[in-house]
Amino acid sequence: MVPAVTAALADADLRRPPSLGIVRRFLASRFVAVSVIVVAIVAVWYVAAALLNAPFQRELDGRADADPTIIEFIESTWSQERPVLPAPHQVGQELWKTIVLTAPDSKRSLVYHGWVTLSSTLLGFALGTLLGVALATAIVHVPSLDKSLMPWVVASQTIPILAIAPMVIVVLASIGLTGLLPKAIISTYLSFFPVVVGMAKGLRSPDPINLDLMRTYSATSAQTFWKLRWPSSVPFLFVSMRVAIAASLVGAIVGELPTGAVAGLGARLLTGSYYGQTVQIWAALVTASVLAAVLVGIVGLVQKIVLRRMGIRA
Amino acid sequence: MSSALTESGPSKPAAVPVIEIRDLSLTFATADGPVTALTGIDLDVRRGEFISLIGPSGCGKTTLLRVIADLEQPTGGRIAVNGVSPGEARLARAYGYVFQASALYPWRNIARNVALPLEIMGLDRPTRDARVRDNLALVNLTGFERKFPWQLSGGMQQRVSIARALAVEPELLLMDEPFGALDEIVRDHLNEQLLQLWAKTNKTVVFVTHSIPEAVFLSTRIVVMSPRPGRIHDVIESSLPSDRTLDIRETPEFLAIAHRVREGLRAGHSYDD
Repeated sequence: MVPAVTAALADADLRRPPSLGIVRRFLASRFVAVSVIVVAIVAVWYVAAALLNAPFQRELDGRADADPTIIEFIESTWSQERPVLPAPHQVGQELWKTIVLTAPDSKRSLVYHGWVTLSSTLLGFALGTLLGVALATAIVHVPSLDKSLMPWVVASQTIPILAIAPMVIVVLASIGLTGLLPKAIISTYLSFFPVVVGMAKGLRSPDPINLDLMRTYSATSAQTFWKLRWPSSVPFLFVSMRVAIAASLVGAIVGELPTGAVAGLGARLLTGSYYGQTVQIWAALVTASVLAAVLVGIVGLVQKIVLRRMGIRA
Repeated sequence: MSSALTESGPSKPAAVPVIEIRDLSLTFATADGPVTALTGIDLDVRRGEFISLIGPSGCGKTTLLRVIADLEQPTGGRIAVNGVSPGEARLARAYGYVFQASALYPWRNIARNVALPLEIMGLDRPTRDARVRDNLALVNLTGFERKFPWQLSGGMQQRVSIARALAVEPELLLMDEPFGALDEIVRDHLNEQLLQLWAKTNKTVVFVTHSIPEAVFLSTRIVVMSPRPGRIHDVIESSLPSDRTLDIRETPEFLAIAHRVREGLRAGHSYDD
């Protein structure tokens, strides 16, 4: 009897805290934490929009001899056609109009422009990852390359991409390469770097004891690579790829800026700034950042699945 | 049970030693100048022997084992493993090496960890599977094939690494403080299992340790080494019977050998601290 009673008591003890803490746990949840930040950002955004657009609105009102109330004045700062800083709902309306209401194959659709940028991002990312892995493999296996090649890899990233992008486009155009590939190459240029650095570290990550083990088996360096170095470097590869895919997107957008490209989020930013279409610029910026978040998220998801299948506890 | 012992020992002096070392020395070049790790090492290891190398840290016992395994290159003297150079012996997969840590690959399950050297040797799938099964059974780990290393205790992981070394089917087993990181109860248990394994498989074992009871309990011969520079101080033939249980550690014979080992270690150390 006594053990049963004790068990019942213990059960009750175990059950109590969750029922008491449901509200507290909800408040501590990630959803609430993220929501609070989002609300705060939107609030700051509205205030900033009102303040930044106020001078021009005052000018407009002065010209029109209008005498709005404070409320009317603030409302009109949030609904200008070409505001210094568009209000969140203006960007939201633009996004709705250009993503949902416009046909995806139209030149006014952000889906169309997003797809153009995405395709060169993905091509550049794939090329950058391959190049990065190849360079890291060479650097790890040939000691002289570590000294001769690595400084150039690092130096390549100190050159401002905005300075080099037009030249890449011009040089490639002169040998007949236009369209997707030149933009993808700029993405590659930005994305191979984190992969080289991460993979060089990953391929060197096996313990000396594991390398000794392969030596006691008289394993060839190809066997050591495929059975030890490559699997050891997979976690490093994914961390690098998450950085690389975001860098690829930046590269694709930057590649669209100087070329007078007619399509892509970069072209959208450029035409927006030509015509003072700030709402259009912000809509493209929001699309780009959502795209980046989704791409990084996808790489993260694949990382989780692959590492779990490999039996590695992340 | 005792086949390993009858084959070994001074009763068969004509047999070619598995390991033959003459006046071996090894000097490491370091930033602070040359460091003599080993000097004047003379040692023969006969087939079927269980030899322990014991000594304080810095006496070169691990270095000597690594020289036998062709993981370090000696700078003087001669060494032959199975009558050939350590390098040739390594290429012929003459030995299995067990490290201080299990060195299991976290992305391979237990069966695939044991199969690793067999894949490198290019054995076909059925042979690999059979050897994995047999050697896991030998270390009492049947049923753990699909587990991953992190799901096993430290002692079990080290048993897997022993099975992995045995799967190569070498004549010679080189063990570098394989139980050094385990607690004493687990270590006692594994020592007993190792001794049974040795009797069953007829291997020649070179075993590095810094534990006196472990060395005396396991060995047919104990090589006491002393540091700075690393050299052999004493070689003690064990008079203990071949089928030992942990109880033997209470007997006067055991204690006498342990005493001699301790004296040897102390003498090797006295000039130093």
